[in-house]
Amino acid sequence: MAIIVTEETRLVVQGITGREGSFHALRNRDYGTRVVAGVTPGKGGQDVDGVPVFDTVVEAVRERGANTSMVFVPPRFAADAIYEAADAGVETIVCITEGIPAHDMLRIYNYIRPRGVTLLGPNCPGALSPGVANVGIIPAQVFAPGRIGLVSRSGTLTYQIGKELADSGLGNSTIVGIGGDPVVGSSFIDVLARFEDDPGTDLVVMVGEIGGDEEEKAGAYISEHMTTPVVAYIAGFQAPPGKTMGHAGAIISGSSGTAQGKKQALEARGIRVGSSPTEAAQLAASALAG
Amino acid sequence: MDLYEYQGKQLFARFGIPVSEGALATSPAEARQAAEQLGGPVVVKAQVLVGGRGKAGGIKLASTPDEAEAHAAAILGMDIRGHRVRTVWIEQASDIAREYYFSVTFDRGAKKALLMLTTEGGVDIEQVAAESPDRLARLHVDPLTGFLAFHARRLMFDAGIPAEEQKQVAQIMERAYGAFVETDAMLVEINPLIVTPDGTVRALDSKYTVDDNALYRHPDIAAMRDVEAADPQEQMARERGVNYVKLDGDIGILGNGAGLVMSTLDVVALAGGSPANFLDVGGGAQADEIVTAMEVLLADGKVRAVLFNVFGGITRCDEVARGVLAALERLDVDVPLVVRLDGTNDVEGRRLLAEAAPPNVHVEETMLGAASRVVELAREAA
Repeated sequence: MAIIVTEETRLVVQGITGREGSFHALRNRDYGTRVVAGVTPGKGGQDVDGVPVFDTVVEAVRERGANTSMVFVPPRFAADAIYEAADAGVETIVCITEGIPAHDMLRIYNYIRPRGVTLLGPNCPGALSPGVANVGIIPAQVFAPGRIGLVSRSGTLTYQIGKELADSGLGNSTIVGIGGDPVVGSSFIDVLARFEDDPGTDLVVMVGEIGGDEEEKAGAYISEHMTTPVVAYIAGFQAPPGKTMGHAGAIISGSSGTAQGKKQALEARGIRVGSSPTEAAQLAASALAG
Repeated sequence: MDLYEYQGKQLFARFGIPVSEGALATSPAEARQAAEQLGGPVVVKAQVLVGGRGKAGGIKLASTPDEAEAHAAAILGMDIRGHRVRTVWIEQASDIAREYYFSVTFDRGAKKALLMLTTEGGVDIEQVAAESPDRLARLHVDPLTGFLAFHARRLMFDAGIPAEEQKQVAQIMERAYGAFVETDAMLVEINPLIVTPDGTVRALDSKYTVDDNALYRHPDIAAMRDVEAADPQEQMARERGVNYVKLDGDIGILGNGAGLVMSTLDVVALAGGSPANFLDVGGGAQADEIVTAMEVLLADGKVRAVLFNVFGGITRCDEVARGVLAALERLDVDVPLVVRLDGTNDVEGRRLLAEAAPPNVHVEETMLGAASRVVELAREAA
């Protein structure tokens, strides 16, 4: 079992004729994902290594039954691409693009939520269900199939934890990158709720970082609504206040959004927090064993 | 990107929010000239991107141009919480009957703009929020409807704004919200929003932050960036497109991906070391970008040892290894480097390093092992 990207996924890649778009579309297809279409306005009728290209998302939905979109469009055009996918009836949108203005995302978020569209990202690595499907840029070779859900605001840090789990002989049901921007389409809570309902997930590792209060809110949600155990890792204890640490959303504003505050909020709810990626993986292993 | 008070006020004026007349000065002579032109008493205000300048002596009232010159001489060059004052804003002094507070913030938790209004202005708003939360009117605005007339009414009745000032305050709030949206701001704060004895409402200060990701559509605001105020290394990093934040320690840290680099700083600190910086080379870095990143990192003279922590996804570890070797060849690297490569093409990357076997490169297998090693090496070099 898996969440968000599954056997049902029929993927359309927006921006498929770009360098990154074509590379990852084909990489996802090689992994076994059903990549049914691409969209680049003005290039309809062409194909990318056999994947048919359309001018609009609505055609990709109508002609090819696409139900999931991956957005690889440059930041200036990405917001429009997300609206187009939502309007075309795509159920799940995975936005890899980094650098979308925060106000654009504010409007998108408030537009898509009442419509029931699932958005991952922006500025995220996508989602991978090992052995099933991969939508995004997560290096699949690092992860093994298994029963641990992984949800994270970061890309490479998640790969690090995935590798530590694999080294201990553990695998993942689905790895979900929710993205490092201040406003993302899916919160930790949105993804945790899906893992809670997934019979293929026995434990969740939540990987947070400085900025905002989504980890704190997730802590309350976990203790009140989840039976599936969760362990956590938080990055950014050494981050100074007021500085953006790479991800646009990774910033301590005043006294809020610190790693220490998040760790304490989670621990107060009985959620164990690893001090390093290695320790987080060990906590997951022992929680599963115990 | 944070704006100076005077830059925020320029934007206020553009959006029709009343501000006092003023002029910028970079020398005492210019301050005198500005005071003469403005006429009457003026306020000399240090322009720094940090709070608490009033308490630090960075704001002074001058009744004559002579006094304005003297105050400017004292304030220019002053150090306010680590920020050197290089410019002062000379502004007509205001008579103040009451001080209010108004702000529009980007509430990332609620995914809406948050508007806050209170008649308890002129002080730290976090203090008002903590001590008398009922005096602070708060309201979220849906970005899809924008600011509506009832938003203004609710905020003003909640905050207790007197009837005779409501028209002005409502207009200022509507315009500030307009500025917030149109300039892609993360924060627009007016504290204090003053009422003069004759009943005029005016912004006496500004705090203004604009989203870096949106600067491409605001070239005029992007041009406001004060490149001289930035840390020289951070500026060098920005020019070269490297994601760099300077810290206080002696262990240079370089990795790919913001989360992994933050985690690397933490792990080095847990191992007893002190990170000198955050440096994210991003995804898919080529050898040349590694060299550039190393150049930025090593420009910090405090660095005694460097840790490369790379987890290859899009980034290929063989390319990173080539970058490390190229950096050693092209730059004067006299500190030890600990390199840990994992993920895409890691075996090839490690093989390249082992073949070249530069004397100051130490290859480690794990992140924790690499962290302990770099801490040891930094200690030996101390």
